[in-house]
Amino acid sequence: MGSKRQAGAVRAATPRQMGETPVTKLFEAPLYPYRRSPDQDAPAPVRHPVVVIGAGPVGLAMAIDLAQADVPVVVLDDNDKVSVGSRAICFSKRSLEIFDRLGCGDEMTDKGVVWNVGKVFFGDRQVYDFNLLPEQGHKRPAFINLQQYYCELYLVERIRALQAEGKPVEIRGGNRVANLDARDDHTLVTVETVEGAYNLEAGWLIACDGAGSPARRMLDLDFVGRVFEDNFLIADVIMKADFPTERWFWFDPPFNRDQSALLHKQPDGVWRIDLQLGWDIDKEEEKKPENVIPRLKEMLGPDVEFDLEWVSIYTFQCRRMEKFRHGRVIFAGDSAHQVSPFGARGANSGFQDADNLGWKLKLVLEGKAPDSLLDSYAFEREMAADENILQSSRSTDFITPKSEISRIFRDAVLDLSEHYAFARPLVNSGRLSVPCIYDGSPLNGPDVPGLPARTRPGSPAVDAPFADAWLLEALGGGFKLLGLGTPVPETLELQGMTIAGISAAAGGLSQELRDRYLGDAASAVYLIRPDQHVAARWTVFDSDAVDAALARTLGR
Amino acid sequence: MTQLVTTPNLEQPDGFYAALLAAHETLSKAESDAFNARLILLMANQIGDRAVLGQLLDAARKQE
Repeated sequence: MGSKRQAGAVRAATPRQMGETPVTKLFEAPLYPYRRSPDQDAPAPVRHPVVVIGAGPVGLAMAIDLAQADVPVVVLDDNDKVSVGSRAICFSKRSLEIFDRLGCGDEMTDKGVVWNVGKVFFGDRQVYDFNLLPEQGHKRPAFINLQQYYCELYLVERIRALQAEGKPVEIRGGNRVANLDARDDHTLVTVETVEGAYNLEAGWLIACDGAGSPARRMLDLDFVGRVFEDNFLIADVIMKADFPTERWFWFDPPFNRDQSALLHKQPDGVWRIDLQLGWDIDKEEEKKPENVIPRLKEMLGPDVEFDLEWVSIYTFQCRRMEKFRHGRVIFAGDSAHQVSPFGARGANSGFQDADNLGWKLKLVLEGKAPDSLLDSYAFEREMAADENILQSSRSTDFITPKSEISRIFRDAVLDLSEHYAFARPLVNSGRLSVPCIYDGSPLNGPDVPGLPARTRPGSPAVDAPFADAWLLEALGGGFKLLGLGTPVPETLELQGMTIAGISAAAGGLSQELRDRYLGDAASAVYLIRPDQHVAARWTVFDSDAVDAALARTLGR
Repeated sequence: MTQLVTTPNLEQPDGFYAALLAAHETLSKAESDAFNARLILLMANQIGDRAVLGQLLDAARKQE
């Protein structure tokens, strides 16, 4: 994901205009072309507090989070453009909430496609359809479909806006990291450019350089625990006539026997098609248009006219690094963990990595938290990766049964789903990415029995209508103390930090807020982390208790 | 917690057993396997209780 290299993507023969934006221009326009940096002429390697490798979605989000918090950050990428083709297409509610905090949630959501109706096919027939009926009382939809190149574009535009405000962030295109030398208090980074190589020093190095992570290889680190591998043919097509905004998923269709297929609507009238190919295939042969187009015709029906915009083969292995932190080098996104695409757990979990890391790194750099706080990044995000790998493996076991009996049960579920609603929750074509609850995290403070489980310490704060707007908007970034039905001080000076308090009287609380944060309790006080996860909660305010919980959340 | 019932609980045991065999009578091996899988899933949904289902899996495993 972070890496832009494509396994020989095929571009459509005739680029088309789509709406106002010629999409091929977006692929081709250098967004952060190579420019000579003063670092290249410095007599000794220049030291930067934070260097991010990879200007993919995760690296860019990481840079925005740090820059917004006035932490100087340099992003290195060997490329200078957004990624080609749609790639990651499904961005979850939590990602949109993170983008809100990063200042680009509206751009993503406004451009994205929201869908609610899905159809499930088994063999040559439709077995059922469904309406997602998402839970009400959230600012953002459960997810949007959006091509990865738009996501990257809006993130780069956000970085440009931050630069215009004077924030300390820089993207260096055409800067390929060629060597890493990890030292005790920094990493010496050798960068190659068209004008030759130069060195710089990274106080902290964040490797967001994708599944093939050159950084991981240069440091000779493991990428263990391979669960399985698979190949997908992914294609972007433009329908020439109206086609419904629905998600269609096929199990074992006639045009892709023993495998799955997915059809998804994206912005600009582009439909994304994923054909699962299995692991033992001839990639070059599979992606030839003369082999792809007949399959798509069979899939879409003989009367549907379309243009093939882009085709690629995507290979994945399901595994993670054993440790996401190696001294002063930290891995985030696909470089640290890879899962199957079912459930959209790749890019979405990568944003949660960045969300988790940004505030911790800032506190460590400022000397307000010990270095060991960063170990909690590894603890929490390794736990999240395990959860994603588990969910992803379960989906894959359903979609591609590994034994005769698992095939028998899978087919039985699908047959039953046609007639009985009870079987439909068993149908697993991917469980959509939801943020991990960090149960057992060393940062979690006290809980109160009886308060709602979904907002227990370790949980991401759940959005809800709040004071004519939204709770997550009110929380923003930074530590917050939230008093619901009981007042908390407007500011608290604790642990050498200023904590903002937000109080809401019992009379003004929305029903959703009560259900999600109070349950049957009359009042509650929540300490919220800068990544909007719940650190601790009580039923009444007690300064000493908050102080102790804050110390714990700071890793002291 | 609901306990696994291991004492006789079936109404008309002979009748049920005959109906079970009759359901399979004209089926091929593949069709019988599919039938059994559907039946297990329907029964599991009828039971619903995850703890009881866990005990049922354990009880079935002990016969091996």
